[in-house]
Amino acid sequence: MIRTVVVAAGLILGLSAVVAQSDPIAQRRDAMKAVGAATREGAAIAKGEAAFDSAKVQMIFKVYADAAKRLPALYPETAKSGGETTAGPKIWEDQGGFKTALAKFETEAVAGGAAAKDLDSFRSAFGAATKNCGSCHEVYRIKK
Amino acid sequence: MRRLFLTLGIFILLGLAGFYVFTDPRVVSPAPEIGTLPPPDVENGKLLFAAGGCSSCHATPGQDDKLRLGGGLALPSPFGTFHAPNISPHTRDGIGNWGVKDFVDAMATGVSPSGQHYYPAFPYTSYRLMPPKALADLFAYIRTLPSVEGRAPGHDLPFPFNIRRAVGGWKLLFFDGTPFRPDPTKSEEWNRGAYLVQGPGHCAECHSNRNALGAIIPSTRFAGGPDPEGKGFVPNITQHADGLANWSKSEIAEMLKTGFTPSFDSVGGSMAPVVRNIAQLSDADRMAMAEFIKSLPAVAGPPRPKKAE
Ligand code: HEC
Ligand code: HEC
Ligand code: HEC
Repeated sequence: MIRTVVVAAGLILGLSAVVAQSDPIAQRRDAMKAVGAATREGAAIAKGEAAFDSAKVQMIFKVYADAAKRLPALYPETAKSGGETTAGPKIWEDQGGFKTALAKFETEAVAGGAAAKDLDSFRSAFGAATKNCGSCHEVYRIKK
Repeated sequence: MRRLFLTLGIFILLGLAGFYVFTDPRVVSPAPEIGTLPPPDVENGKLLFAAGGCSSCHATPGQDDKLRLGGGLALPSPFGTFHAPNISPHTRDGIGNWGVKDFVDAMATGVSPSGQHYYPAFPYTSYRLMPPKALADLFAYIRTLPSVEGRAPGHDLPFPFNIRRAVGGWKLLFFDGTPFRPDPTKSEEWNRGAYLVQGPGHCAECHSNRNALGAIIPSTRFAGGPDPEGKGFVPNITQHADGLANWSKSEIAEMLKTGFTPSFDSVGGSMAPVVRNIAQLSDADRMAMAEFIKSLPAVAGPPRPKKAE
């Protein structure tokens, strides 16, 4: 088991390193798209449209935490514009603030995973973690 | 030759006189019935305050209490930088010594108690749809908020935009001062939504393209345009394929509550505070707004700026 995980992790890391070098914009957009997809599943559970499923819930918070971990490295000075990025200039003007916002998202995602034992605790943890979406997008994102 | 100069001179004088007469800010107050209004409904005022997003512009920047309306936020525009004034109930620095009529005239006609025109950076162009009773409720609510000391800085506008009187000419061309009239052929829900979206909600103030004088171009109202503060692009929210054609009524209402789009993106930029405000309304009000938005005919927006490669 451990070996499979290590190998898989190695593969993913290796792969993302290669792609990240060539295209950080595509990388960070994919990370955020995964966050969006996880949020769709979380919202369905929170609204009672899908059953509470512990494994799925853990996965959601893990996708959040992973994205928050990967994102800081995907905003180099060389990838401010181009492609279909919606990254705002504020990310580079206030790198400290952007990293703090990501760190807060990661902390709350990890705490959410630990707290979400049943539907009620999931709802409140999911509600807290997803408050980060709008507040970060408000400052660090611009639709063009 | 002399005659020509004389004629020209007369024309110029006539022009100036015309300018003077037509830009006169003295108003026919829309609220002759103010003295006869029933006691204000503060709860309704609170709802309109949220729907109107007043705190997005008037709250003192750099602190968390959105109900401290000390003003000072800088609002950049193609005409210079405006600063939202103090509208807290402070008697010297805010609007504490205003009467109801002063407030109604400011919101519905864009004229100050001292008889000057307001710049349309203050979206009275939309707020004027609120009837005097609603505005009196809103005023009563604002009077319950904390009084904040200190005046906001003045506007930073180059000539000729610093001449308030000229706003009178702008209003003559672009300002429609009529209050909201329900459409009897439409449902009650649609009318409630039309009122909230076009009046207090002032959605078109951001979601539209503007002409060189900063007025919304009626034919592409709601079809999106460059952000008025110069940051990015505001999307088309008509039923056009590039707009909300694929959003259901409940998806629109849901976004106005949680910020999540149907593809589970979360709206950002200047829309994030709008959602925080509209989330304070009832589900029924958000559904009514969605009902109205779903009825907007499909209009193609202005072309988006080319993406930098
Ligand atoms: C700390 C900041 C931050 C947080 C927190 C955050 N995002 Fe994002 N998000 C961004 C940035 C920056 C972009 C723009 C990506 C780019 O183009 O570089 C983005 C883009 C997106 C996109 C569009 C991806 C694309 O290009 O197609 C989606 C969807 C998204 N975010 C969803 C979410 C959701 C849902 C949450 C909350 C669970 C969230 N985000 C939390 C910063 C953040
Ligand atoms: C988009 C930003 C914005 C929003 C939203 C906004 N205002 Fe204002 N407001 C302004 C600006 C800018 C001025 C100054 C106009 C001028 O000086 O000509 C102003 C002026 C005023 C004034 C006149 C103050 C004075 O000292 O003369 C009042 C009253 C007022 N606003 C009330 C409101 C209320 C109530 C709301 C919510 C329903 C609101 N505003 C929403 C920007 C805004
Ligand atoms: C202060 C400016 C502003 C106001 C006022 C405003 N919006 Fe927005 N709106 C925006 C911006 C900017 C976006 C793009 C945000 C993003 O996707 O990150 C947006 C996005 C949207 C979207 C999502 C569109 C899409 O294709 O993703 C909808 C729907 C919307 N607004 C509806 C409304 C409604 C309804 C109102 C009135 C209650 C309103 N807006 C008022 C600025 C504004």
